[in-house]
Amino acid sequence: MKKAFPILGLLTAGLLSYALYEGLVVAPKEQTMGEVQRIFYYHVPSAWTAFLLFFINFLASVQYLVRRDPKTDKIANWVVITIGVLTCVAPYAIPSLVPAGARASSIATTGVALVGLYFLIKKFFSEQETDMLALTTAEVGVVFCTVVLVTGPLWARPVWGIWWTWDVRLTSTLVLWLIYVSYLVLRRFSSSGQTPVLAAALAVFGALDVPLVYFSIWFFRTQHPQPVIGGGGSIDPRMLHVLLINWLAFLCFAFLVCWSRYRLERMKREVEETQALEALLEPRSALR
Amino acid sequence: MTYLYVAYAATWAIHIAYLITVVRRYSRLKQEVEQMHKKKS
Amino acid sequence: MSAAPSGITLATLTKDLRLEWRSKDAINSMLFFALLVVVVFSFSFDPVAEESRQIAGGLVWVAFLFAAVVALNQTWARELRNQVLDAYRVSPAPANSLFLAKAMGNFLFVGVLEALMTPLFVVFYKLRVLGPAWQLLPVAILGTWAIVVNGTFFAAMSLRTRSREIMLPLLLFPITIPALLSMVEATTTILVGDPSTSAKFWIVLLATYDVVFTTGCLALFETVLHAE
Repeated sequence: MKKAFPILGLLTAGLLSYALYEGLVVAPKEQTMGEVQRIFYYHVPSAWTAFLLFFINFLASVQYLVRRDPKTDKIANWVVITIGVLTCVAPYAIPSLVPAGARASSIATTGVALVGLYFLIKKFFSEQETDMLALTTAEVGVVFCTVVLVTGPLWARPVWGIWWTWDVRLTSTLVLWLIYVSYLVLRRFSSSGQTPVLAAALAVFGALDVPLVYFSIWFFRTQHPQPVIGGGGSIDPRMLHVLLINWLAFLCFAFLVCWSRYRLERMKREVEETQALEALLEPRSALR
Repeated sequence: MTYLYVAYAATWAIHIAYLITVVRRYSRLKQEVEQMHKKKS
Repeated sequence: MSAAPSGITLATLTKDLRLEWRSKDAINSMLFFALLVVVVFSFSFDPVAEESRQIAGGLVWVAFLFAAVVALNQTWARELRNQVLDAYRVSPAPANSLFLAKAMGNFLFVGVLEALMTPLFVVFYKLRVLGPAWQLLPVAILGTWAIVVNGTFFAAMSLRTRSREIMLPLLLFPITIPALLSMVEATTTILVGDPSTSAKFWIVLLATYDVVFTTGCLALFETVLHAE
């Protein structure tokens, strides 16, 4: 296990360098925006990675909460499976349900991903480990989200002349960042007995909030139109190719960072447990 | 154009800063573990 | 205890209200704080009547939010002082009754504060409602409930954390953003009264927010109360 890490590290470094090369040199120059548009190849993969990490955090938090009681655990299993089946079937069976701007295939993919990730986490992580996974993905997710919020304005300024706009995606990302920073603060400030439960509850609340945030800002924008950052619409296939390479590289990087952080957390908890045990077993020497 | 390089540099600065904190916590923890072992033996 | 949950809720609520009424200093200091907030905001933003309608919505709700946070911290702090919380945890009363009682008590308390602050704002900002004024009532009710329901939940969560007082706003503000946006936009739309705009979407969004988070709070409060 430990030998794999340096090898993977080197591979990831290589992949990142290759992706950087692709982004800076190989990708075609954008017509209207020029070279600055290449920030896109770091901005978007970071956003997708951050969202994926936060999604895993949500699943891990839900698991931590439901696995405390075998009854809720079973119910949750069935709910997840039902959601998975619905997302695969409903968009195709009832096309009118699919909101404008989304595709049936993306909804189905999200559903499958949800089910797959949920049961993978269940299989490979025990209850306590689920909590460590939640903490890890939250922290690394905040790091990637910070990158998104920094590269966004740096892209907006030269292209649209403004540092910030209350654009749907950028604002939703900011709110998500705020929610998860508050999550990390809660974890740091609460006493260690209840931290996992409180944090998991907050993560669930955050997840409930996200669609509401998106809709509220979307409607706000229709009332107060402002420039759209990040553009929409179709993308040149060569650019898509470079984008996906960068995403793959960042996913590998995120995986390694998470793995390191997870190992750190596991070690920290083992040390704390040992110290607690020692304090219990040798009261007199502890008092010395 | 500078914006492009600043953005890329900022990205890596953020990632490296985080990795440094992780590494630092790790080495501090390792020190603690060694001290615990020394106390035992 | 075989009392019905609604009975317990009512009993807890009346107990809270009675306690609040008896400890009048808490109410008085809260009222004074609310007045101070209005005055300070009015000094900071002294707009002409036309502009005031545009920004008053935001200012009023931010002022309410801050007053609510102070109120929320107060109500749970008292429970903690007398170790009432531990008594609740060992009692067979369902946690939801306790939560609803607290939330409703907070709602009434914050509602009173809002009712007192609003005329002051109207006076200082020379406000006149140009749109359908009756719509302000559902906005006020739904908006206040949105702040209070999550505020009560997070206040309970923050109880045993360090820096308890700052923890509540820190957790509450990010989650409340969509509700806050809805409240502010609805209020501004109603104040400005542009016939091409309607506050209906915002009111519906507020109602959705309230339903979603009331359900979430009720589902998770028991877990949070017994966390340890």
